[in-house]
Amino acid sequence: MDSTELIPQLFRTEYRKVVAVLCKHFGFDQIAIAEDIASDAFLTAAETWGQKGLPPNPTAWLYTVAANRAKNYLKRRRVFDAKLAPQLRRSASDGATEDIEVEFSPQNINDSQLRMMFAISHPAIPPEAQVGLSLRILCGFGIDEIAEAFLTNKEVINKRLFRAKEKIREAGISLDLPGPAEIEARLGAVLTTIYLLFNEGYYSAGDNRSLRKELCFEAIRLCQMLIENVPEESKVFGEVLTNTPEANALLALMCFHASRLDARLDANGEIVLYEEQDVGLWNSDLVSKGGYFLNRSASGDRLSKYHLEAGIAYWNTQKEDTEEKWTRILQLYDILLQREYSPMAALNRTYAYSKVHGKEGAIREALALGLENNRYFYVLLGDLYTSVDDERALSNLSAALALARTPAESTSLQKRIDGLVKQE
Amino acid sequence: MDEYIVLMRLDLITKEKQPTPDQLKVYMEYYQDWVNGIIAQDKFVGGTGLDPKGKVIRPGGVITDGPFAEIKESLAGFIIIRAASLEEAVEMAKGNPILNGEGNSVEVRRINGQH
Repeated sequence: MDSTELIPQLFRTEYRKVVAVLCKHFGFDQIAIAEDIASDAFLTAAETWGQKGLPPNPTAWLYTVAANRAKNYLKRRRVFDAKLAPQLRRSASDGATEDIEVEFSPQNINDSQLRMMFAISHPAIPPEAQVGLSLRILCGFGIDEIAEAFLTNKEVINKRLFRAKEKIREAGISLDLPGPAEIEARLGAVLTTIYLLFNEGYYSAGDNRSLRKELCFEAIRLCQMLIENVPEESKVFGEVLTNTPEANALLALMCFHASRLDARLDANGEIVLYEEQDVGLWNSDLVSKGGYFLNRSASGDRLSKYHLEAGIAYWNTQKEDTEEKWTRILQLYDILLQREYSPMAALNRTYAYSKVHGKEGAIREALALGLENNRYFYVLLGDLYTSVDDERALSNLSAALALARTPAESTSLQKRIDGLVKQE
Repeated sequence: MDEYIVLMRLDLITKEKQPTPDQLKVYMEYYQDWVNGIIAQDKFVGGTGLDPKGKVIRPGGVITDGPFAEIKESLAGFIIIRAASLEEAVEMAKGNPILNGEGNSVEVRRINGQH
C-alpha cells in the first residue's frame, strides 16, 4: 500500500484520536487548534511519505509529529500567557510545559475519546450540532462527507460546526469526565447521539453507500467503547459505569439493524424491500453479536426504548412470518408508542397490525393515524391496499412518489407502481 | 385539540351477565387493541380501569357500598383522549368494544379544565 491509499485510511481511524488526545491537553475550548494540529500532521505525512516512502510505523509517526507540534504550541502559548496575557485563566502557573508529555497510549486515547463523547453530548450543544461534531471529532469524517450525509453543502456544515465550537467556549464545557451521578445523567444524551449517528447512516438519503455503512459501524464502535473500553478512573468500585443495560440494548439494536446493511440496497443503490431481501446477504455474525448484547441488556429494572426497539429488531432478523413473530412485534410497538409516540413507530405498528389482524382492519387503523403529511403514510397505505383495492393502492403509491425525497426512493416506488399497473 | 373523557359503564352487578375468565381475557384483548389504536394516533392522554368495589358518600355522612343497588350501569373505567371536536371524540369512542355488550354505554365529555 502506498501513502496515497494509506493516508485517507489513517485519517479515518487516527484523526479523531489525535484530536481527542490533544483536546484533553489543551482544553475542549481549544478544539479548533487541536484540529489544526491534527490536520497539519496528516499534511506533513502526505508530503514526507510521498517523497521518502512510508515510515516503518506510520501511526506512531503521526502521533510523534502531532505530539511535537502540540508541545510547540503549548510552549508558545505559555510565553503568550506569561508575557502578554497574565490575566488569562490558563496561565503559566499550570507548570512548565516542557514537562507535559503528549501521550498517545491506547489507554489515553480511549480515555480522551470517552471524555470527548460526554463533552459533545453536553446539553448546551444543539442535537444537530452534536451529530455534526461527532461525525467530525469522533468519527473523523471530512466536511464534504458530513455535508453529504446531511444532504447539504460544506458551508452549512462549516457554519454549524463553528457555532457548535462557539457554544463550547461560551458554555465553558470541559473535557473533565463528569462524576458518577453526572455520567449517569448524561449517558442518555451520549446514547442518543450514538443512535442519531447510526440512523444517519442507516436511513440517510445520501447515496454514498460505503459512507453510510461506515457511519453505522462507527456508531457501533462508539457504543461498544462505552460498554467495554472504559478507563479505570471512570469506574466506580471496578464497575464500568457506562456499561448499562440501556447501552447494551442500543448496541444490540444497532447490530440487528446493521446485519441487513448489505441486503437492503441492491447493486444500483436502490432500496430492497424487507420481503424481497436475500437472507443469504444478512450478516449472521452481527445477528449473534446483537443477541449477545440483548441478553446482557436484560438486567436491571428499567425497560428503555432501546430494549423495546432491540426486541423488535431481533424479531426482524427472523425472516419467517410466524404468528409469534408479528404478535410480539405488535406488542412491542404498542408498548413503545405508549412510552414515546413517534409517527414512524405508529406506521410500523400498523404494518405489524396488518400481519396479525389482517389488512382490512389495518387500513382502518392507518386511516385514523392522521399522518397525511408523511410520505411513509402513503407507502403504508399503498402496501395495505395492494390486492385489497389496487386502484387505491396505486393512488397512494403515487402520492408517496410525489413526496419522495431521494432518487433511490423514487425508483423503488416507481417499480411498485409499475408492478401494479402491469397486473391490471 | 381538546381533551375528552370517555366514561365506560357496564353492568357489574347482575351475576349472569358477568363474563367467564376466558371471556374476560378476550374482552380485555379487544379493549387493549382499541386503546393501542388510540395511542398509535397520539391521542391517548391517560386512563384506567376502576375496581368494582367502592363507596358513595351522600349529604349527612351517609355512606353506601357504591351506586350498584340503584343503577345497573356502574362506572368500570375511563380513558382521556385528545380530539379536535366532540364529534371526533365520539367517533373514536364508538370503537370501544364494550359497546358490543347490550346495556353497556360509553359517555364522552369534554374536559373543560375548570373546577
